[in-house]
Amino acid sequence: MEQYTMNLTLKVWRQKNGNEPGRFDTYPVKNISSEMSFLEMIDVLNEEIIREGKDPIAFDHDCREGICGMCSMYIDGRPHGPWEKNTVCQLHMRAYKDGDTIVIEPWRANAFPVIKDLMVDRSSFDRIIQAGGYISVNTGSPVDANAIPVQKDMADAAFAAAACIGCGACVAACKNSSAMLFLSAKVTHLGLLPQGHPERRSRALNMVAQMDKEGFGACTNTGACEAVCPKGISIENIARLNREYIMAGLVTE
Amino acid sequence: MLDSKIPSGSLEQKWAEYKGHAKLVNPANKRKLEVIVVGTGLAGASAAASLGELGYQVKAYCFQDSPRRAHSIAAQGGINAAKNYQNDGDSVFRLFYDTVKGGDYRARESNVHRLAEVSVNIIDQCVAQGVPFARDYGGMLNNRSFGGTQVKRTFYAAGQTGQQLLIGAYQALERQVALGNVKMYTRHEMLELVIVDGKARGIICRNLVSGELEKHFGHAVLLCTGGYGNVFYLSTNAMGSNATAAWKAHKKGAFFGNPCFTQIHPTCIPVSGDHQSKLTLMSESLRNDGRIWVPKQKGDKRKANDIPEEERDYYLERRYPAFGNLVPRDVASRAAKERCDAGYGVGTTGQAVYLDFKYNLINKYGRAEANKHGIENPDTETLIRLGKEVVKEEYGNLFDMYEKITGENPYEVPMRIYPAVHYTMGGLWVDYELMTNVKGLYCLGEANFSDHGANRLGASALMQGLADGYFVIPYTIGNYLADDIATKPIPADHPAFVEAENAVAGRISTLMNIKGTQTVESFHKRLGKIMWEKCGMARNEQGLKEAITEIQQLKKEFWSDLKIPGAINEMNPELDKAGRVADFFELGELMCRDALNRKESCGGHFREESQTEEGEAKRDDANFSYVAAWEFKGESNWELHKEELIFEVAKPTQRSYK
Repeated sequence: MEQYTMNLTLKVWRQKNGNEPGRFDTYPVKNISSEMSFLEMIDVLNEEIIREGKDPIAFDHDCREGICGMCSMYIDGRPHGPWEKNTVCQLHMRAYKDGDTIVIEPWRANAFPVIKDLMVDRSSFDRIIQAGGYISVNTGSPVDANAIPVQKDMADAAFAAAACIGCGACVAACKNSSAMLFLSAKVTHLGLLPQGHPERRSRALNMVAQMDKEGFGACTNTGACEAVCPKGISIENIARLNREYIMAGLVTE
Repeated sequence: MLDSKIPSGSLEQKWAEYKGHAKLVNPANKRKLEVIVVGTGLAGASAAASLGELGYQVKAYCFQDSPRRAHSIAAQGGINAAKNYQNDGDSVFRLFYDTVKGGDYRARESNVHRLAEVSVNIIDQCVAQGVPFARDYGGMLNNRSFGGTQVKRTFYAAGQTGQQLLIGAYQALERQVALGNVKMYTRHEMLELVIVDGKARGIICRNLVSGELEKHFGHAVLLCTGGYGNVFYLSTNAMGSNATAAWKAHKKGAFFGNPCFTQIHPTCIPVSGDHQSKLTLMSESLRNDGRIWVPKQKGDKRKANDIPEEERDYYLERRYPAFGNLVPRDVASRAAKERCDAGYGVGTTGQAVYLDFKYNLINKYGRAEANKHGIENPDTETLIRLGKEVVKEEYGNLFDMYEKITGENPYEVPMRIYPAVHYTMGGLWVDYELMTNVKGLYCLGEANFSDHGANRLGASALMQGLADGYFVIPYTIGNYLADDIATKPIPADHPAFVEAENAVAGRISTLMNIKGTQTVESFHKRLGKIMWEKCGMARNEQGLKEAITEIQQLKKEFWSDLKIPGAINEMNPELDKAGRVADFFELGELMCRDALNRKESCGGHFREESQTEEGEAKRDDANFSYVAAWEFKGESNWELHKEELIFEVAKPTQRSYK
C-alpha cells in the first residue's frame, strides 16, 4: 500500500455540555499519514489543542478494534464515516486525500443527549435491554450445553444478529431516530434460540414499550440503519420483530 | 505470613470439600449486605449478576458508558472447557495439567484445578443464557484448537467469542439491574479504597461526567478491573484499560503478585508509525490454519507470493515439530523476535513475519469442500474459491479487520504479524478464596495473579474471568460475609471515608496545578518505550537497572512538567488519563524490580542470563519456585513476600514442545 501524507480541514461540533448550545469550529490539520486511523488523526489534533492550552475535543472511544461500540462520530453526513460495515475507529486516513474538508458531528437523537462535543449518552440502550433483552436464567446448574441441539442455520442467524455492538449508528442514521434495528437484533438473537423461546412474547412487547418511552421514533422502513450498520445487521430482523410483536399482541394463553 | 488458605485433601477433592464446609448466608441476611464490584468485564459482570441473583445488594462500576463496553469484548478466539465433546482424550485433569505446564510451573495448583473443574459449567451456563457458540450440522457445539494443547477444547463464536460471552454476562447483569438487585454506575472510576478497622469497606470514585467525587460503602469490595498491559503504552488493551483501582488497593496494603509476568502475544498487526495509539491482535485461532514463515535468505525483499516454497523457513514447524505453529504464546513470540533480530524479518521495518493461510485454504478447506461437492480433480483456482468460503466463515471478521488496518487482502497475500503486549499474568495477590491480604477485598479475573503462572494459554482468560465471577466468588464471599451480617452500613461521613476522599481530592489538585508544558500522552509514550525495550520480550540485569533509573527520572519530570487543560469539576478525559499514567509509572518500576529479582527465565519472563543452549527459557526451581508478592512500603520501596509453590501432582519438568 502506497503511503502518503495530507493536509486537511476539519469542521468539528463543539458543545461544552448538554445545556449550552454547540457550534462548528474549524481546525486545519497537517502532515497526516495515510496509515493513521481516523481517531489517531483526532489524537494528533488534540495534542496540538492541549499544547495551545485549549480544551481538547471530547469523543467516546475505547477498544479501537471495532468491537466495543463506544466510538460514535457522524462524519460528512454518515455515521462512522465513508467505509461500508465499519466503525470510525477502524476508518483509516487512506480514505481521504490531500485538501479534503471533513465535517464531524455527534450522533443526533432525542434519546441520545449530548454530554460534551462528540460524546452522547446512550444509556437508553441499556434500559431497553433491561426491559427484556435477556434470558431469565440464574447462574447455577443448567442442562448440559449439548443437551439441546440447535439447528446450525438458526445458530448462525442468531449469531449474526448478536454481533450488534450497540453503537447507535442505526439511530443516528434514521430520519426518525428509531432504535428498531438495535432492538430487533436482540429479539432475533434470543428468539431464534430454543433457550430464548419461553420469553419471546413478553420480550418483544416490553422492549418496544421501553423504546417508545425513551423517545426513539418509529420505523418507516427506509433502510438507512442497515446501510450504515458496522456489523451488517440486516433489516430483515425488523420484519421479524414486527411479526413477533404482532403475534405477542394477538395471542393469549 | 502469606496464607493461601488452600483446603486440605487431594487435589480433585479440594473444591468439593471447600464448598461442603464454607459458611452460608441466609437469604434474609443477604439482602442486608452490600457488595461493591468494580469493573464490568467478564469477571465483574458475571460476579455482579450472580451475586445479585443470590440476593446481595450489589453496586457495580465501570468507566465506560455501558458495562457492555469492557475490554473482554475484544477477545477473539475462544474459551476453553474440559467437555471432551470431541472424544479426543480431554479431561479436567488434562486441562489442569496443560494450564500448569503452559504457565511454566509458576501457578498455584489448587486454583488451576478448580478452574478446570468449573470450566464445564461455564459452557452450560453460557449456552443457557443464549450465547450463540459455533455449531456443526448436527446442531452440536463445535471446537477448535489453541496453542499449548493437543486436543480441541476451545468453544468459539467466529472471531468474536469475547463479545458473545460478555453480552451474555451483560444481559444477566442488566436483568439484575431491572430487578433492583444491582445498581449500575457507568462513567465512574474508582480512585481510592476505603479501609475501616482493617477491612475493605468502600471506595471513592469520580463521576467522569460531572467531575464530582463520590463515597460508596460496601461490606466487601471486588476488584474486577483487568490487566495492566497499557503500562507499555502500545498494547492490544483498550485505550481506557488501566491499573488504577488495583494500584490504589496495592498502596493501601494489598500485595501485588508477580508483576513482571507479561504476555507478549505473537500474532499482532505490526506498528506502522509514531502516530500508533494501540495495537490490534490477530487471534491465536488463526494459527490453526495459518503457517508462520520468513524467507530463508536474509533481507529478502521479494513479495511474499514471489518467494517459492523451498525458500521459505517455517521456523516454528522446524524448531517444534510436535506442536508446530501451535506452540504457546511465549515460545512463538520469542521465536519471531529471534528471526527478526537475526535479519530475516519482513515488511518495511523488518519487524514482522508472515502468517500464511494459502496452504490450508487450498489443501484443507478447498479439498474438503471439493469432496463434499463431488468435484473431481479440481484446479487450484477452484480450491481457492471453495476454501475461501470456509475461511471466511471461521475468521471473516479478523480478515476484514486486517484489511481495514493495513490495506492488504489476507486472502491473497500473507498477513504480516509481530508480537505485542497483550495480557498480564501478574496482579493482586489472592488466596484460594480470591481474597487479597486485605480482609474483604477480593480480586477477580485478569486483575489477580492466580491461575496462569508465567504464561497464559490461549482461550483461558475468558475461562478464568467467568469461572471467578459465576462459580467461585458466589461461594467464597459467603464464607466471609457470614461473619458480617450484624455490620450496619458505614455512613459516608465516617472519618475513613472523609480522609480517603480528601486524599483523592489532594492528588487531583496536585496534578492540575503542575501547569507544565508536556502532555500526558507524551509521557505515557516515553514510559512505554522504556518498558518495551528493557522489560519486554527479553530482559537482563543491566537493562532492568537502567529502566528503574529512567522511570524514576521520567516520573519526576511528569510531576513537574505535566500539562492538563480544563478544570476539576467537569468532564476532563486528560485528567482521568493523567491519574492512570501516574500509577503506571509506579507499577512499571515495580515490574522492573520484580523482573530484576527473578533471576530465572520462565514463561513470558525471559531473562537473557538464564537460557538453555537452544535458547529456550531456563527455569530455576531450586531458587524461584515461588510467587513474588510485593508489599508497598513507600515511594520506590517494596518488601518481598514469598508464597512457596508446591506441586503435588503436576511435577515440574523443563517445558518441551518439540
